[in-house]
Amino acid sequence: MPSRNRAYWLIVLPAVLMLVVLYLAPLGDVLVTSITDPKPGLANYALLFTSGSVQKTLLTTARIAGATTLFALLLGYIVAYAMRAATTQRQRLMLFCVLLPFWISVLVRSFAWLTILGPQGPINAALQATGLTDEPVALARNETGVLIAMVHVMLPYAILTLYANMRGIDAGLVSAARSLGASRLQAFRMVFLPLTRPGLIGAGTLVFILSLGFFVTPAILGGGRVLMVAQYTALQINETVRWGLGTMLAATLMIAVLGTLWALSRVIDVKRLFSA
Amino acid sequence: MSAVRFIDVRKSYDGRIDAVRALNLAVADGEFLTLLGPSGSGKTTTLTMLAGFEQPTDGRIFIGEEDVTRVPVEKRGIGMVFQNYALFPNMTVGENIAFPLMVRGTAKAETESRVARALAMVRLDGYAGRRVQQLSGGQQQRVAVARALVFEPRLVLLDEPLGALDRQLREQMQYELKALHGRLGVTMIYVTHDQVEAMTMSDRVAVFSAGQLRQVAEPRKLYEEPESLFVAQFLGESNTLSGTIESRKGNQCTVALDGGAHVIATAVSDESATHLALRPEKIVLGAAAASCANRFPARVVDVSFLGDQLRLRLAALGRDDLIAKLANAPGLPDCAPGTAIEIGWRAEDCRALAQ
Repeated sequence: MPSRNRAYWLIVLPAVLMLVVLYLAPLGDVLVTSITDPKPGLANYALLFTSGSVQKTLLTTARIAGATTLFALLLGYIVAYAMRAATTQRQRLMLFCVLLPFWISVLVRSFAWLTILGPQGPINAALQATGLTDEPVALARNETGVLIAMVHVMLPYAILTLYANMRGIDAGLVSAARSLGASRLQAFRMVFLPLTRPGLIGAGTLVFILSLGFFVTPAILGGGRVLMVAQYTALQINETVRWGLGTMLAATLMIAVLGTLWALSRVIDVKRLFSA
Repeated sequence: MSAVRFIDVRKSYDGRIDAVRALNLAVADGEFLTLLGPSGSGKTTTLTMLAGFEQPTDGRIFIGEEDVTRVPVEKRGIGMVFQNYALFPNMTVGENIAFPLMVRGTAKAETESRVARALAMVRLDGYAGRRVQQLSGGQQQRVAVARALVFEPRLVLLDEPLGALDRQLREQMQYELKALHGRLGVTMIYVTHDQVEAMTMSDRVAVFSAGQLRQVAEPRKLYEEPESLFVAQFLGESNTLSGTIESRKGNQCTVALDGGAHVIATAVSDESATHLALRPEKIVLGAAAASCANRFPARVVDVSFLGDQLRLRLAALGRDDLIAKLANAPGLPDCAPGTAIEIGWRAEDCRALAQ
């Protein structure tokens, strides 16, 4: 038995080595740097409570990630609900359309949004042509633009997670509720909606965590005016060369993600959520 | 007054094939009626239309004096029990049972006392706080029944409610449901494909095949006096003999079998081409056959001993697949395989039916 166990370990060894060398070691380095650069201590972390610009960045990040989560859930729920009700053939077509954006780089999608939302873009042209506004509305190079593009990127994740959850719900339960005297709205509110709670929590967590670390989309659509934590970190490392501050922010982001997952695990079974 | 009436109801899902056609059926107040038939016979479609999940293509449906043909599901006031129970997994047992009352805006105190009474009725006192996942299949079924009865509906529909239970539990639940029906006096319409279940529980049974209601009658009448070959074969077992009606006198007729022999039978069909249905237990053997209107020489081909009865395969009338059942009672004639023996049956036990 022990020899077979050893053989087993030999097989996974390359993968373990790769993970340690390329992932865990740099991660440890980041954590160490955050408490040693420029001098040992927690001075970098103290900035979380003293630096206005750090706090503003974190607040912006939380606000945008939160709003993205909210809109992605709302829109995703509607799409997933429609997919569940559609015929098998339509379902396949809808699923294809949902997955389509995955084949296009986030960078390309972000520039596309910049064009669409810009002052000369089709949306502003349409708004002015119909006389709804005289001046172009600022849809890009601000938080609105970042939000629109981020919701677009996040929507497939929300839809797929919610759809997987909804597909597991027995349609007979809604019928049963109706036959027992519930109106369509009551059946939805009292039976269907509560049963999609795990899907909502799962999709919400997934979108929120992914949104926290977003880099490309806010960089392009924010036009340098909307600073989220990933960009701020890149700025410290690439431009101002304040490694300590940069690594501290990276560590903070990681702790925030782990914290979110931990909080989630208090509410529901995380393992089941992501294996589903 | 009828609790339910179907008037000339037809249902087609695709516009070409009728899932149900020419359905006329009246259910008496307080009756236990079973819709029986093989799958695809239209029994479930009938129940679905009555519940309101589907609307008839033609015809009208009445519940009491009210035309409910276009009334939405939730306004029909029907209690329904589903095959897979359809208990809400996000609610406790108590909340499940309270559901029909909650959506009707019943006061809290009233709801609580009614839920407690419904739980007692299905012998699940003290289970209100349990999660439905913690219950066994039989207990879940009882909760489903309590939920369907708690708001005192005028009509309860049960769609193969015992299909998922093992045999022993099924028999116990049959008994409990029947007892509840007797105690509450509520009209119950029950769908099943299990003929024994239909016979045990029902006041009347409606037999469906291929979208048509073939016959509706009390279980015994349905068994003893089937009006079509389908009913004779679907309910219990029947020997079938094909032939032509040669003459008719009152309700009796003489039928020339395809093999040439003549049989005196009870005339049910007007058509001359006919099928005779003969229950295996109505065939008598040996000396007992002497008093029968129909008597033929036969030979025993095969015997199976089933404990309380013997099942014989007989060669007679030019064929070798006539089945006879003999009760394992004193005075059994000798019927080892190969024995030549006289068989007989009465004219009233042999019915000349249309296809």
